[in-house]
Amino acid sequence: MEVAQTGAHAHGAAVDPFVFSITVFVLAVFVGYHVVWNVTPALHTPLMSVTNAISSIIIVGALLAAGPEQMNLATVLGLVAVALVSVNIFGGFMVTQRMLAMFRKRK
Amino acid sequence: MLSANAVALAYLAASVLLILALKGLSSPETARRGNLFGMVGMAFAILVTLQLESVHNYAWIFAAIALGGVIGGVVARRIPMTHMPQTVAFMHSLVGLSAVLIAVSAFYDPVAYGIADAVGGLRPASRIELFLGTFIGAITFTASLIAFGKLQGLLSGKPLVFAGQHVLNLVLGVVMLAAGIMFCVTQGWLPFLLMLAIALVLGVLLIVPIGGADMPVIVSMLNSYSGWAAAGIGFTLGNNMLIVAGALVGSSGAILSYIMCKAMNRSLLHVLLGGFGGEAGGGGAAASVGDRPVKAGSAEDAAFLLKNARSVIIVPGYGLAVARAQHALKELVDKLMGMGVEVKFAIHPVAGRMPGHMNVLLAEADVPYDIVHEMDEINAEFADTDVAVVIGANDVTNPAAKSDPSSPIYGMPILDVAKAEHVIVIKRSLSPGYAGLDNDLFYMDKTMMLFDDAKKASEAILQALD
Repeated sequence: MEVAQTGAHAHGAAVDPFVFSITVFVLAVFVGYHVVWNVTPALHTPLMSVTNAISSIIIVGALLAAGPEQMNLATVLGLVAVALVSVNIFGGFMVTQRMLAMFRKRK
Repeated sequence: MLSANAVALAYLAASVLLILALKGLSSPETARRGNLFGMVGMAFAILVTLQLESVHNYAWIFAAIALGGVIGGVVARRIPMTHMPQTVAFMHSLVGLSAVLIAVSAFYDPVAYGIADAVGGLRPASRIELFLGTFIGAITFTASLIAFGKLQGLLSGKPLVFAGQHVLNLVLGVVMLAAGIMFCVTQGWLPFLLMLAIALVLGVLLIVPIGGADMPVIVSMLNSYSGWAAAGIGFTLGNNMLIVAGALVGSSGAILSYIMCKAMNRSLLHVLLGGFGGEAGGGGAAASVGDRPVKAGSAEDAAFLLKNARSVIIVPGYGLAVARAQHALKELVDKLMGMGVEVKFAIHPVAGRMPGHMNVLLAEADVPYDIVHEMDEINAEFADTDVAVVIGANDVTNPAAKSDPSSPIYGMPILDVAKAEHVIVIKRSLSPGYAGLDNDLFYMDKTMMLFDDAKKASEAILQALD
């Protein structure tokens, strides 16, 4: 039997990388659930703009797509995606900062 | 060049920073620091990716980042706070479109992502992940564009319903699923593009039947979708950071959708099926209100009531945003507080067009956040309040939600405005609210209607106070 090199060896058998991904995913949903319930309702709009910026983490995928030296359709699409999510990264974090700066306590 | 393990650990650090960004939002004091953590995490993730062996074309990549960054920066600085809902909707569409582009790119050249099988095709697991990432991204893209159009006023905010709508959606959904399965089996471009095209159309069809005031739910839901799309791409690339970030965003949007639905006493399914407030909603003028007597007053009358009050609670709604009245209202509040009147704000969870919309507008006008209260915090205080001022809000104050089991909004939690000693309602006309319902609050003996635009009314009352 062939053993995947990247897999861990639980009880001697290989675990598919997909199972690792699922494990991480489920745990992250739990973390998200608990963190977000603690967000104060007054900040729900900044929460949306910052999560929007965070979902732009797919820029990692866009960079991989744009990366290969040999330019082809795949790299061009990657570059377009890099530009699009950059709008979100800069726009999302900056507009969140702008909003949060407005929240002030009574003097 | 970092080793594969070092890269994985660096991505882990970035994931933790992104979690801290959300954690910071638990209070306004820690929120800005949290946002900085988020920026650092994102920058770190990008730098780590750029140094990977497979990434070249730096000139092009930096040009693309600079182009997007400048556009994003300008939008972030210039956009008025009243336009936040449509801005966020538009940004969701960018995430969706990018997810689609990345998926197409990965399918075209799987070797670049290291997800190719021995002959340069896609591994079976990657095909399924790619299918999921593509169709979620595509639906997010077009659905967000429609939501943007409705919020920006480019499209009518009224629900568009037609016969057989849900059947059509169901059939399209099944065909899309079939095309997706065929793609997973054959790796063909035809089923892939068919699946993509149907997903794009479905995104449009799913949002057209949903009316303007249900937008807080929809914007939250699209927020959630953009996260799941990111997680889907993470699965395709086998990248845990993308999976973590996507899961955080996905669950965040899901929780917000849940909170919004609960605040309207409706199920998510009911919102998604759409058509709510169809005929009479939106424009409103069409519905006949009948000839019940109301007590209309002037700005001077309102000023007199407010001047002699000990305590005042202001209930803002979407009308405040439409009239951009937040600054005028803040001046009025300052004046009243200067006269020794205790002023507080009461915010219903679905006030406005997105979660927290009113809070941001009030913060922009420099209203301190510690006098702005959530419904559950403040509802008990209306009974001890001299004057409640409803400004641009309607359904969220309708007593029928508590007293009339036949009302479509029966069971929806409302602000107990009717319990205050006096009520001032600032509204342009007697037109019913989004739900197309008449509001008994307007006809109560203790209620005085001030028929004006929220901004003009605030200015007129301020003037009358001098």
